[in-house]
Parts: sequence; structure tokens; C-alpha cells
Amino acid sequence: MHKIWLVIKREYLIRIRKKSFIVMTFLGPLLLASVLILPIYLAKNNQEKRNIAVANQKDFTLDDNELLNFVTIPQNEVDNIKTNFEDSPYYALLIIQEDTYCLYSNQQVTLNVVNEIKRQIEYTLKFNNLKKIGIDNQTLKNAEQSIDLVTKIINKEGESTKTHSEVSTGIGFLGGILIYMFIFMYGTMVMRGVIEEKTSRIVEVMISSLRPFQLMMGKIIGVALVGLSQFLLWVIFTVAISALAEMVLLNDVFLNANNIENQSVIITQIKNLTSGINLIQIFISFLFYFLAGYLMYSSLFAAVGSAVDAEADTQQFILPVTLPLILSFILIQPIIDNPEGPLAFWMSIIPFTSPIIMMVRLPFGVDSWQIILSMTILVSTFIMTTWLASKIYRTGILMYGKKASFRELLKWLKY
Amino acid sequence: MTKYLLKVKNVVKNYGDYVALENANISVPKGSIYALLGPNGAGKTTLMRIINQITGPDFGEVLFNNEKLNKNHIFGIGYMPEERGLYKKMKVGEQALYLAQLKGMKHSDAIKNLKFWFNKLNISNWWHKKVEELSKGMAQKIQFIVTVVHDPELLIFDEPFSGFDPINAAIIRKEIISLSKKGKTIIFSTHRMESVEQICDYVALINKSKTILEGPIEEIKNQYTNNTYLVELDNSNLEKNKLFEFVVKNTNCFQLSLKEGISSKDALDFINKKHNILSFKKEIPKMEEVFIKAIKNA
Repeated sequence: MHKIWLVIKREYLIRIRKKSFIVMTFLGPLLLASVLILPIYLAKNNQEKRNIAVANQKDFTLDDNELLNFVTIPQNEVDNIKTNFEDSPYYALLIIQEDTYCLYSNQQVTLNVVNEIKRQIEYTLKFNNLKKIGIDNQTLKNAEQSIDLVTKIINKEGESTKTHSEVSTGIGFLGGILIYMFIFMYGTMVMRGVIEEKTSRIVEVMISSLRPFQLMMGKIIGVALVGLSQFLLWVIFTVAISALAEMVLLNDVFLNANNIENQSVIITQIKNLTSGINLIQIFISFLFYFLAGYLMYSSLFAAVGSAVDAEADTQQFILPVTLPLILSFILIQPIIDNPEGPLAFWMSIIPFTSPIIMMVRLPFGVDSWQIILSMTILVSTFIMTTWLASKIYRTGILMYGKKASFRELLKWLKY
Repeated sequence: MTKYLLKVKNVVKNYGDYVALENANISVPKGSIYALLGPNGAGKTTLMRIINQITGPDFGEVLFNNEKLNKNHIFGIGYMPEERGLYKKMKVGEQALYLAQLKGMKHSDAIKNLKFWFNKLNISNWWHKKVEELSKGMAQKIQFIVTVVHDPELLIFDEPFSGFDPINAAIIRKEIISLSKKGKTIIFSTHRMESVEQICDYVALINKSKTILEGPIEEIKNQYTNNTYLVELDNSNLEKNKLFEFVVKNTNCFQLSLKEGISSKDALDFINKKHNILSFKKEIPKMEEVFIKAIKNA
């Protein structure tokens, strides 16, 4: 046990010290966050308060807001401003006459300014019209109501929970793709590690000190910890960056850009959207399927690595290993379209596809017996593949210069 | 009585249909330098892997200090395989420390011994270098150090001199001899017969997966002498006679093969009567000749 721990420590440290790991760890969430936040940030920065000169011939009140500042000017200044527009402090000049509303500027007025002015004028007109027929301000305000259309699913117990099918789709897709990415990235990392040990000829020195199985498992577990660290760091950084961004940017931008439903903040939004989806269950399942799926595949990747002398030779062995992975990836969309169908069911039970497909299905709700069955099969398969892989591995790592065939791999199982 | 550190008894190892070892037997006396000889593919490396518990024998047993070989013996053995290398991206010191700890050393002891060896081989300033910055010869010094760092009782070198330049090979040979003087037992395999004669006490010859010859080097050589003598005379010619036959006949230099029942004294006396002898020497076969002969006979 002490030796396997030494191997885990080396495999872990050597990888997290790499520049690429550090860069990815910080860059990943930053990239993600910036995709979300940059457009908002840019929009906000462009929205400095603009002064709109208003020459009003009607009884109009326009409300200032974060974007716009309305300055009423006397009629006789209109021509003066029009001729010297460059020098005036105004972004645009709004002239309201009997039935015409006209916005002058020396540049193309942005759409949100136009929309905002249009909305205010229309609102005021509607308000004035209603007032004429005796409906006052308060009655009008009371009459306004915004709603949220709720979709619900009926389950066996007859209870219904609020769902948002777009959100389920999104979470399913994200979970499936993350598992696919992690298994691929870290599985091949294990394979490359094994090949490196072979090509650098350190492996015989190593296994004169410890059993091949210890070396293989040490590597697999070490790389798994690298993957988990990366994932957890991403979660932490993304949450931290989002929280920071919300504090700095979203509060004022969001709240003031849309002046309806002012209390909506991103967190409550997420809470609303994901109600009916068991996020904790999904998170725990994600960790489980990531680990078990990774362990199953990485032992196969290790066996492939041990059977070849160089990464270029891996093609013939790697295809059968990655085929189920790629198949599950392709089938994510059809599974999302029909998450309860027989294809979805079987693929979430078969261990080679279950890590990805079950993650896709989970947000739509899966019976617990299916989850337990799928997990049990996955764990037993992982134990079996690890056992088989270690047999190939311990022979393969000592074979130099020979190109192994599948038949030879089968023979190695018997040594 | 000779005390044996390692005994390999009737060891058989098959890889599928391929027989790697068939009845391998060696007995390695404590404190000896023991050479495993044999052509490529004879099974030397397989035998070394079995002693190092890298693979297990199909039949037969290996005794280490009269105990059946087990996991604890790993700490008592240092092994430098023929296919040897290091992690390229790791720092030299860090890597040596890692390998020493895998041999069961405590961190502090490992550091102490490594510092000692690094000083001894004059490479202390390599500690923080990356392995990929080292030349092949430099890397081999590190490999030697990680083989001996845990102070094992038995040291096994598979082709220790292959790949070394002459200067480094001499350094390693010197270190192997000084380890032997400290009482360590050493087994090595080699193709280079001259290194065998220089430093070995015992040899075993493995051919086609069998040990065909084993014992103290002098005994084996004596087995393979065939009563030939080299004679050098002072400018005269040896004539034909009943005591010996000529194997090689040059001016002044002769290689004689004595006939049955004739002692070297008889021959010497006979020649001495008529000729001025400059030298008279029994021809002892080189290991290389023994090697070739033994394989031919087998």
C-alpha cells in the first residue's frame, strides 16, 4: 500500500505541476465566464448616460433611466442645435409634434435607445388614451400582470413538479459531454503515461520494486485525482467568478436594463429553472459515473499503452476501446429526444455507454432501480476490465520491439 | 563449506509455447562476483527477472538466504536491467529519491545515501537537473546509483557495461569491485568475456534455456585445458618426437600438445637438453574459447 501511494503521489504531482494543467485550470473557468459575461460587460460599458434633447409640443413626460437623460429644450433652440449638433451636449434630438415623432442625430442611433424612447412614448400614449376614458394611473398599474408559464410532469405518485425541459436538456447535454471529455482526456493521459514508461525504459526498474498492478493502479488513481482536482477547481473558480461578476456587473446592469421584475437575480433564476431537477443527485451521480467510467476505460487505455512501443501504433487497439464512447456521444441527441425509450434504457445499463448516457437521462428523471442496476453493472465491469487489463499490462510492458496482435494479447492473458 | 546467498533450483519458465528456461540451476556463493554468460535469447534476462520477482517461475524454486523468495527480499536486491531508463521529465534528485523510496527506504535515509553516492561519483551538482538534459552516459551513472542506493545484499546487473563509454565503464567496474570487497554479492550478465576474466569468481553458462556449465572460473578453465603448452626458444628449431605433437609451428615459437601420460616436466626436460628455452607456459583457455567449446559440445 505504501508503494502504490508513492506512485499515486508522483503521478499526481508531476501532472499538476505542469504548466498546461495550471493554465487550463485558470483559463477554463475564465473562458467560460467571459463567454457569459463579456457581452454584458461590453454592453454596459457602451451604455454611458446619453442626453436626449426633447422639443415637446405635446404634454409629454419622459422618464430618465440608466441609459437616457431627457432634457426638455425650448422650441426656439431646435434650429440652433440642429445646425451645431456636433458641439451640442446631446446624443439625439427628439421632436414631438402633433402626430409625428422624430429623432435627429448626427449618427446612427442605437436600437436600444430607439426602442426605449418608442416604448416610453407608446406607454404614455396608451396611458393618456386610457385616462381619457376614465381609467386612472393606479387602476392601470393594477391591471398589469406578468406571468410565468409553468410546465409540470405527472409521475406515478401523482405529484407534479415544475420542470423546464430546456434546462433538463441543457444539463443532460452538459453532463454527458463532460463525462465524455473527461474519460477521453484522462484515459489517454494514462495511456501516454504507460507508453512513456515503456519508451523511456524505466518500467523494468520500476517493477523490480513493485508489482505491475500497483504501478498501473497508482498511475490510474493519480491521474483520476488530477481530473477531479481540475473539475473541482473549475467549479470553485466558475462559482467565484460568477459571484464576483454578479456583484460587480449584473446587479446594476440587469436590474436597470429591464425595468420589469426588478428582484430577479441570477441565483434565484437558476433556482427557479432547475426546480424539479435533483441537482444534488446529478452532482453525486456525475462524480460516480466520472470515476467509475474513467476507471473502467483507463485500465483499458493502460492495457493498450502497454501493448505498443509508440503512440503512433495505438490506432488498431484504441478503436475498439473508444468506439462505445464515440457512439454514446453521437447518440446524446436522440436520447435527449426520447429519454425514456428502449435505446436510452439499454444504453444506460450497458457499462461501456452508461456513464455518458445515464448522465444525459438523469435530469429528465430516472427510476432509482435503473440507476442502481446501471451503477452495479458498471462497478463490476470496472473490476473485471481492470483485472484483464492488468494481465495484458504486466506482460506488455516488458515486450520491446514487437508489434502485438489481438491474438497475442489474448495469449498474454494466460501467461 | 561455501555459503550460498542465492540458489536457483530446476527453474522452468514458459511463455505460451516458447520455452524461456528449462531446468535452470545456479548457486551463487555469498560475496562472490558471479557472471551469467550465454548467447542472446538463452534465457539470462528471464532468469534475472525471476530472481527479481518480475515474473514467477512455472516450476522449480529460488532460495534467497535459504528462504523461499518472497516480497521482502525485494529490499535486499538491487537490479539494473539491460533495458534501463529514467523518467525524462523528472529532476534527477527527485527521481532517485522516488526510486529509492520504492525500494522501501525512508525519506531521510534515502537522501543520506543518495548524497553519499552523488558525491562519490562526482555528480552532486546534477541533483536539480532534468533527466532529459543528461547525456546517455550521465544517465547511466544515475541508474547505477539507484540500483545500489538501498544497500542491497545482492546486486544484479544485466549487461552493465553495454552503452557505457570506456571511462564510465571503468568507473562502474571499479565501483562493482569495491562493493564486492564490502561483502556484497554480485551477479551480472555480459557478452564481454574480457570483463568476466578480470573481475569474476564464478560463472554460469546458459544456452538454449539450460545451464550447461557452472562453477568457479578457474575450475571451469581447467576443465577445458587440453594439455597444450607454449614454448619459445632462442633461435632454434624443435624437431618431431614422441612426447608431443605440434599444434602450431613457427620459427622459435611452438604450441605443443602433450601426448597421453606425458607430464609437463618430461617435455620441459626433453627440450631443455638441446635448446635454450626463453619461455615455457601452459596455455589456459580464454573464457571466450570455453564459451564457444561448451556451446558446441552441448
